[in-house]
Amino acid sequence: MNKVNELFAKELKVVNLGVKSFYEDLKAQQKQVVHVEWKPVAGGNQRLADMLKLLQ
Amino acid sequence: MTNLHIRKNTYYDSVALMLISKDLGQIPGVGEALVGMGTDLNKELAQNIGLDTPELTALTGNDFFVAADCTDDAVWQTVLDRVEELLAAKKQAGASDYCPATLAGAVKLMPDINMALLSVPGKYAADVARDCLARDIHVMMFSDNVTIEDERSLKEYAVERGLLMMGPDCGTAIINGVPLAFANVVRRGNIGIVGASGTGTQEVSAIIDQLGAGVSQVIGTGGRDLKQGVGGLMFAQALEALIADAATEVIVLISKPPDAAIQERILTQAAKGGKPTVVCFIGGDPAEAERLGLVAARSLEDAAHKAAALSKGAVAAAYDGFDMGEAAALTLAKEAAGRIGANGKCLRGLYTGGTLCDEAAKLLAGMGLTGKHSFIDYGDDQYTVGRPHPMIDPTLRNEALIKAANDPETALILLDCVIGYGAHADAAGELAKAIIEAKSGVPIVVSVCGTEGDPQGLTASRDALAAAGAIVMPSNAQAMRFAKLVLDVGGGVLDAPQV
Repeated sequence: MNKVNELFAKELKVVNLGVKSFYEDLKAQQKQVVHVEWKPVAGGNQRLADMLKLLQ
Repeated sequence: MTNLHIRKNTYYDSVALMLISKDLGQIPGVGEALVGMGTDLNKELAQNIGLDTPELTALTGNDFFVAADCTDDAVWQTVLDRVEELLAAKKQAGASDYCPATLAGAVKLMPDINMALLSVPGKYAADVARDCLARDIHVMMFSDNVTIEDERSLKEYAVERGLLMMGPDCGTAIINGVPLAFANVVRRGNIGIVGASGTGTQEVSAIIDQLGAGVSQVIGTGGRDLKQGVGGLMFAQALEALIADAATEVIVLISKPPDAAIQERILTQAAKGGKPTVVCFIGGDPAEAERLGLVAARSLEDAAHKAAALSKGAVAAAYDGFDMGEAAALTLAKEAAGRIGANGKCLRGLYTGGTLCDEAAKLLAGMGLTGKHSFIDYGDDQYTVGRPHPMIDPTLRNEALIKAANDPETALILLDCVIGYGAHADAAGELAKAIIEAKSGVPIVVSVCGTEGDPQGLTASRDALAAAGAIVMPSNAQAMRFAKLVLDVGGGVLDAPQV
């Protein structure tokens, strides 16, 4: 069974990254959801972000 | 005079800020106002509306700013107070929950996360998605402005790992009964949907619910999946999963017409799958699907009717009638035709759903109607620069409605009203206000895309629009058929000049 069909048999547990209202909609329905207060890596500084990626 | 307030290294999500900008514009004494992060896009917007200053130009994407053209300092202070108030209200709404700052933090909090809903800015979205897929987390990517190369690479990676990579630009999905992003509350059942068209998928799933049937899974792929650059990777993966899924007994495929080779591959896969499959490639040629023994649909509504019938073991008969009955529709059409002004020659379609707009225009062409008619999708990129999608903030479409309703050349106006999660909390109420404000006798035909289970409620939404004077049709396709009927009985209107 591939992982998509495995997913169909499980409770959906969601991580929301970005628009917070999508998280609020899921919370309002008592769904399992975590919201990430997402910010661009290295404050949006692309050069620094690329360097961090290399370090990883 | 332009006032500017800056907060370095403070991040807020863009949709929330765009809604704050809209709110500030209502304050007396404020001309243009813009609240946002110092991104290139926002700097350009500021320049376009005359709010740019050297300080603003020097900001980075991690800096928050408020810029407004105010008549005096007292008004500027009111603006700043209002921004504080709205930001505080937003913070308070989520205050009770701990929200980690990273994906890794979220996984620590909930180790068995299996779905990521991504709506971060497009330039960062591919990296975040890759991180999720590497952790065996399925992805629904609402973000757009992701390159087709990144899309292909992400989908190849997802297929290799047996995961869903829905999107980029995927507006709707319902997985295990959970509506994600813009989606309706659809009862559970045995119909599985794969859709490359957001509001098209919403229309089909909502009508399935209205017909008393239900869905097992609704899998979105993003609109480019069936194009050559992506090759239908996720469509094929989703279809395979539905074929293997015991809870799915009927399958519906929804897209704009795919590239020919990809279409053949997908249809062959569906035919081999052995489950009754309804194919709705909007405006496409039904012959290929029918040749392979699949059921071709002529409209989104037709697809829903056929799928609902098959799900109950009945014959998939074509549906092209009126729920209210032909006689009642004719009576209503005559009444509407009587309201068309002497110079009313043109249909004006003003849509918030891209697929609904596309379907309406194609149905119109299929009915042989020609003339100076226009169909505009206010969710198209050119109308959403720096402002939320019209399903969230209907201001632009409502302004266009008021203008069109008072244009003597307008014969009839067609509108969609999409409700459900993600959409405006009072979508029908906002539209009803604009219809009343238009103070026009021009017939206005609206179809509501949604279900009784939606937070806004289907009947409540239809009632609000009918009370405002709109003619409410049960589907986008019926709205188009009704428009044709009005023009037919109205006579003369068909003599409109050719485009």
